[in-house]
Amino acid sequence: MKELFLAAIVIIIFVVIFQIAKASEYVSILKGEEKAKKQNNRINGYLMVAFLIAGMIGLWYCNKLYYGKTLFPQGSASLEGETIDTQMFITIAICAVIFFLTQILLFWFAFKYQEKDNKKAYFFPHNIKLEIIWTTIPAITLTVLIVFGLKFWFHITGDPPKNAIMVEITGHQFGWDMRYPGEDGIFGKKNFKLYNQPAGNSLAVDFNDPESHDDIRTTEMVLPVNVPVKLVIHAQDVIHDVGLPHFRMKMDAVPGTPTTMWFTPTVTTAKMKEKTGNPEFVYEIVCDQMCGKGHFSMRGVLTVVTLDEYNKWLKQQKPEYWSLFPDKAPSNKPQQNSDSTTTAIAATNIN
Amino acid sequence: MSNVVSIQDSALHHSHEAHESHHHQSFISKYVFSQDHKTIAKQFLITGIIWAVVGAFFSVVFRLQLGFPDSTFPFLENLFGHWAKGGKITPEFYYALVTMHGTILVFFVLTAGLSGTFANFLIPLQIGARDMASPLLNMLSYWFFFAASIVMIVSLFVQTGPASGGWTIYPPLSALGEASVGSVVGMDYWLVSIGLFIISSLLGGLNYVSTILNLRTKGMSMTRMPLTIWGLFFTAILGILSFPVLLSGAVLLLFDRNLGTSFFLSDIIVAGKILPNEGGSPILFQHLFWFLGHPEVYIVILPAMGITSEILAINSRKPIFGYMAMIGSFFAICTLAFLVWAHHMFVTGMNPFLGAVFVLLTLLIAVPSAVKVFNWLTTLWRGNIRFTPAMVAAIGFVSLFISGGLTGIFVGNAALDIALHDTYFIIAHFHLVMGVAAFFGMFAGIYHWFPKMYGREMNNTLAYIHIWVTLIGAYLIFWPMHYTGLAGMPRRYYDYSNWESFKMFGGMNQFISIVVIIVFITQFLFIINFFYSIWRGRRATENPWGATTLEWTTPVNPGHGNWPGEIPEVHRWAYDYSKDGKDFIMQTTPVGEEETKGH
Repeated sequence: MKELFLAAIVIIIFVVIFQIAKASEYVSILKGEEKAKKQNNRINGYLMVAFLIAGMIGLWYCNKLYYGKTLFPQGSASLEGETIDTQMFITIAICAVIFFLTQILLFWFAFKYQEKDNKKAYFFPHNIKLEIIWTTIPAITLTVLIVFGLKFWFHITGDPPKNAIMVEITGHQFGWDMRYPGEDGIFGKKNFKLYNQPAGNSLAVDFNDPESHDDIRTTEMVLPVNVPVKLVIHAQDVIHDVGLPHFRMKMDAVPGTPTTMWFTPTVTTAKMKEKTGNPEFVYEIVCDQMCGKGHFSMRGVLTVVTLDEYNKWLKQQKPEYWSLFPDKAPSNKPQQNSDSTTTAIAATNIN
Repeated sequence: MSNVVSIQDSALHHSHEAHESHHHQSFISKYVFSQDHKTIAKQFLITGIIWAVVGAFFSVVFRLQLGFPDSTFPFLENLFGHWAKGGKITPEFYYALVTMHGTILVFFVLTAGLSGTFANFLIPLQIGARDMASPLLNMLSYWFFFAASIVMIVSLFVQTGPASGGWTIYPPLSALGEASVGSVVGMDYWLVSIGLFIISSLLGGLNYVSTILNLRTKGMSMTRMPLTIWGLFFTAILGILSFPVLLSGAVLLLFDRNLGTSFFLSDIIVAGKILPNEGGSPILFQHLFWFLGHPEVYIVILPAMGITSEILAINSRKPIFGYMAMIGSFFAICTLAFLVWAHHMFVTGMNPFLGAVFVLLTLLIAVPSAVKVFNWLTTLWRGNIRFTPAMVAAIGFVSLFISGGLTGIFVGNAALDIALHDTYFIIAHFHLVMGVAAFFGMFAGIYHWFPKMYGREMNNTLAYIHIWVTLIGAYLIFWPMHYTGLAGMPRRYYDYSNWESFKMFGGMNQFISIVVIIVFITQFLFIINFFYSIWRGRRATENPWGATTLEWTTPVNPGHGNWPGEIPEVHRWAYDYSKDGKDFIMQTTPVGEEETKGH
């Protein structure tokens, strides 16, 4: 009923607008075409300035409402993200100048040079000097942006620092799994054909590879602050994307083609709670590549803690191998020794 | 040269016959299987309008979900049945709507509806030809588009729903029915439909290029052509060279889906099942897709740029400023368009050096774009501007192009793209620069050439209301999205309320959805105006805007063959406005003795 009522109102408004519009045609015939055209022109001329002024006020108001909700006020939570923010501000500053210059000129010219009786347009077909000016100035400006941009790009996509820890993250419909390499710092091999959900091997890890024996599997990502971390990114079914908006980081997870990305968290979750004044604050892992019906719910949580807390947390985690093969779990020291021997042999083999 | 003349002669001869016999044409050969470029243009336009309504309506439905995630709308269940049980659309259906919205608007409306309409309508009329080089292929071009439309419409009604992997249809999501219901059969329909569409676009494009190169009237050298024709010429070249690559990608994807090949699939475990495919690369598909996908955005925007240049000049009563620079920048954009596709893939794990090359080439495009904007501004400067509805839409185009174009400098820079990729910032960027801006080019073109199409005028008052509301609405919808993008809010989410980082934008989403509904309803002012004016509009005069180009030398309702007598000869460029004290000088007017030389 409510919908019918609304539809009726819309139709009535339409009929009224249409009648007014039709009537304005007859009025213009009565009044004289020329006069009506001039009036239209004047109205639209004023609308141009009105649009410009209202638009500028709108921009200011929009900025006032929403700037605080962007990620800028809290700053980047990673060292590399800070360079991206720097680049962002340089770009915003340059683009804002061009934006205001061109928009103001556009609507101001439209208003100022509207048709007048005693005026003739100025025949001005070309001017090579002007063309050169507005080819070179944008070219120089862009060069600046490109140089800065590529400097940051090569830094971010380059090799991570030597002391980086490694975490593997695997996307699937619809969630994330994390794996830590354990004490040896090396992930056990994976082979998608070994996938066996009922047996608990949903990450398709090759447990014949001894390097997998100390690998830790978690559902939450915990990272130490101020230590570079390199993420090794996998996907099982379709393309996902590990998005870390607070760290300004993002990388696709592609089935069959592992990718990597690295960054250095600089603010712990606890500190960010203080900074944002939001006790509920968490770093969220976002899926940034459309991956099916549950795309919007593919949420992961990342916690940044101090190095001490991180080490303590890591110690509490048990390798996945132990829980899947409880008989292999080390209750005595000799077995652990033999384990590390195999690891050493495997490492030599790889080298 | 003699070759060209003989083609001209034969075309002339052919169409003389056609002209003579056009009174005896049956209804079917005149209005349905017509070979008259003007009728074909109208067919493209009206099909495009129908698609635009469908595509825009889909966006209204998914905006309802985004703006009011906690409410239910019973009428949706009446409309969509089990896809909207209880008046709330399902996530699967949400993604199907998003996918169809993109596909329909990009391909069926802004490619076929825009360049299909104006290339067909304007090329023969503005270069002085009786018809296209091949009227038959031209007719086929429309009917392949029609067939593509039918297949796409059918896909909306299959049980598992239409394609729902996004308009970019990245495999494996689009390749595996287990991964998404839209990929069960909907995707096959999608691929077949786009295959037909590509054939249509190639037939059209080849025709446009050969017509422009071969059938120009006497005196119409390339550098005397109006900029609309230049825009359409480069559009056609882009389409011819890039659409086949998408076709190859689509065919390979069909193979992967139905014949067990592994072009794009490798190492996949889906729905608990290990697939046998090995050795393919999903990224390969993205390269194939974006090799069309990026030129596609220029296929959408170049005709709009051409139309805008023409309309700004006519209504400022001034020549377009820097005609040669405009052609040069068209050429530069067209060339660079082929060399920047991978900027859509900065975060796929590509080689950073490759990424750097694409940053350089991408940001280079800003230079010819800036040249165009400054030339448009200078065209307005010291003009004597008449705000016809077309002119207001053209000014709106320039404004939107600036706003959307500048954010391209952000997202084209790989380092920033890491933060902005697949967020709402991208949505804001491309909707302003190629979505709404191209629509404004289209509106401008329709308001401007309507009198030539139907011999009648559209109602100005309705037109002004429509354009101003749409322009304001476009900014209200897309400007705030920059901020959500800068908050990292991802695209293509069905619901944000469970996200600590994004749930504070609920109010903004609601506001945007309300504006979307208002703007959508406003479009019906245009549609009513359009169809009412076809039959009941005021009768147009021969040259209502005081323009110099050839289409305004034809009768008010040109028949098949366009000019009743001989095709006029051209003596000058298209932009002699306010020259030597005259308001405008037709292209057909010979150059006088005392006239100022050159342009």
